[in-house]
Amino acid sequence: MFPKWFSDWNRENPVNIYGPAILIGVIGAAVFTASMLVAFGNPVPTNSMQTGPRGTGMSVPEFRADLAEPDPDIALIFEDPPFPPEPGEALAGEVYENVQVLGDLTDANFNRLMAGITRWVAPEQGCAYCHGDGGLETYAEDTLYTKVVARRMIQMTQNLNENWAGHVNANKEVGVTCMTCHRGENVPSDIWFKMGDVNESAEGWSANQNRVTAQSQATSLPTDALEKYLLEGDIIGVHDLASRVEGSPADPGVPAIQNAERTYSLMNYVSNSLGVNCVFCHNSRAFYDGAQVTPQWATESLGIQMVLEMNNDYLVPLRDEYPPERLGPVHQDAPKAGCMTCHKGYQQPLQGTNVIGDWPELATSGTPVYEAAE
Amino acid sequence: MAEYQNIFTQVQVQGAPEMGLDDTGGRLMAERAGTPFFSKLLGLFGNAQVGPINLGMLGLISLATGFLWFTIVGFNMLAQVGWSIPEFLRQGFWLALEPPSPEHGLSIPPLNDGGWYIISSFFLLVSVLAWWARSYQLAVSHKMGKHVFWAFGSAIWLFLVLGLFRPVLMGSWSEAVPYGIFPHLDWTTAFSIRYGNLYYNPFHCLSIVFLYGSVLLFAMHGATILAVTRFGGDRELEQIVDRGTASERAALFWRWTMGFNATMEGIHRWAWWFAVLTPITGGIGILLTGTVVDNWFIWAQEHNFAPMYDGSYGYEAYGSYESFIGQED
Repeated sequence: MFPKWFSDWNRENPVNIYGPAILIGVIGAAVFTASMLVAFGNPVPTNSMQTGPRGTGMSVPEFRADLAEPDPDIALIFEDPPFPPEPGEALAGEVYENVQVLGDLTDANFNRLMAGITRWVAPEQGCAYCHGDGGLETYAEDTLYTKVVARRMIQMTQNLNENWAGHVNANKEVGVTCMTCHRGENVPSDIWFKMGDVNESAEGWSANQNRVTAQSQATSLPTDALEKYLLEGDIIGVHDLASRVEGSPADPGVPAIQNAERTYSLMNYVSNSLGVNCVFCHNSRAFYDGAQVTPQWATESLGIQMVLEMNNDYLVPLRDEYPPERLGPVHQDAPKAGCMTCHKGYQQPLQGTNVIGDWPELATSGTPVYEAAE
Repeated sequence: MAEYQNIFTQVQVQGAPEMGLDDTGGRLMAERAGTPFFSKLLGLFGNAQVGPINLGMLGLISLATGFLWFTIVGFNMLAQVGWSIPEFLRQGFWLALEPPSPEHGLSIPPLNDGGWYIISSFFLLVSVLAWWARSYQLAVSHKMGKHVFWAFGSAIWLFLVLGLFRPVLMGSWSEAVPYGIFPHLDWTTAFSIRYGNLYYNPFHCLSIVFLYGSVLLFAMHGATILAVTRFGGDRELEQIVDRGTASERAALFWRWTMGFNATMEGIHRWAWWFAVLTPITGGIGILLTGTVVDNWFIWAQEHNFAPMYDGSYGYEAYGSYESFIGQED
């Protein structure tokens, strides 16, 4: 096939082509990749939001592709401006029977809010989800658990807007409506239940950790962080605030390494709920140091207190109202809320869209304030 | 004909098995167990001859107690998942045998709350110490120095600090490290966070220096010797006592590179001390944590090596959330 001189020359000059081929291939691929990266840039580019002084590495990165796409749930929000009450207009409490919470509303605004709640919570089932299908004459009855729970949830929403503005309006007016959690579903996503001990044949700290669970965020950290910190109100801080302190972890009140693991589990949950990292709130070199945290840390601390109140004063006491299928799978406990229930992976729920503007009825437990003709 | 390649492989020599020296009474030979054989695969990595092994009484004790520790840990994990083998495999990396809860202090805890941990730890301690004693015994048999024994001892020092000395000083077995893949990593992070950031612990710094230094020295030494094997540099002991062209070239290479070179013998002291000091300094750092210093960051501030940074905290100082998510009006 080849001329004789060529075959002879090859036979007399044997060359190991495999060694250099691998070397040149590896180097060539590396050079090619590098030049493509320089020419066309990072194929998955990110933007970073700086959260602390230069040199601390404090920033929250996001893929530009994710940033370009707004939270799809924002499309669920609809405008429905209130009807400013006229003097002498009939109030819902006078027109209907058994209106315990929203009696001060005018008939028009009352029905507007009822229609809004239907779209937020039961768009498929409609009014019947809470009021049954017995016709208008039975709407005053409290026979369905959904109506009893909904009434309490309206009070909870009013409380959040009225008393927790430091959290829900921390940056600007955003507020909370049923929509913030429900997003058109009967039961909000990302609620949580007690899991208690997850390991068999074990007690204490051997029993409550080291399993893949939703509440441990699929880590081997303790699974009971949410129930300890967002329900029972355990102290989150585990650090000593002096370089040298007395005490043994065997003493009650002295945090152990295990307590640090449990706080780590909670912090993981918070991070994932908000789609951020540790340095959104903390300077990670000194997690505990109040002089090195961001304003978001204060907002978050307030949020934890808010969730504690929501769970203990509003959600847990409703336990006996629920049918069994709404209760927790392990301890038959009432469904509870956490950061994820509202935030759903965003720094601010619905990316900070103002949801309360059209709903002054939900912004206060007193008489709603209707801004005159805006 | 075998070709000598001095990066990946060595020439494999296979023939009559090398049985090693014997002492006068035949005692050493009697303790050697197993029929030697050759493995071409192992020969790619080291010596192709496998066996015989001098296990001895200490080796047997070590293997038996080590096996007990391993089994206790494994069966506890299996019990935690309700004796389900599929769950055991699925969650294997998450499962652990945890030390007792803090409230038990140094008392004997219930079996299902750290009791098994204490029992298994006892077996692990016996196992490790027996293996340590064995490394001394075999060095004596060969009339060797006890360098391996002391090097292993430095690792055992760190092991004892973590599992015995520090928990005793802290007054609670709960401070010990859990036996599990992910859980022991969680412990490491939580330990650092609980005691105010271990990176500000100077002994932790030293340990890292020696650890990374060990890696660097290992790479430099290995590369140097492989590079001069063509001049007989791999016969290091002969080069130590009778310096040849291999040593000269290796020394010149480093002296011309950085002005200083180790010697053919001294490089091994460098390597040994760096390796040994890694767990020694690390162990000191762990032992001081929670016993002497409870918050390393504050300790560092008190000793003026935790500088404060100029600049604001919070993204508001650097931009807005709305502009970050591209929804700025």
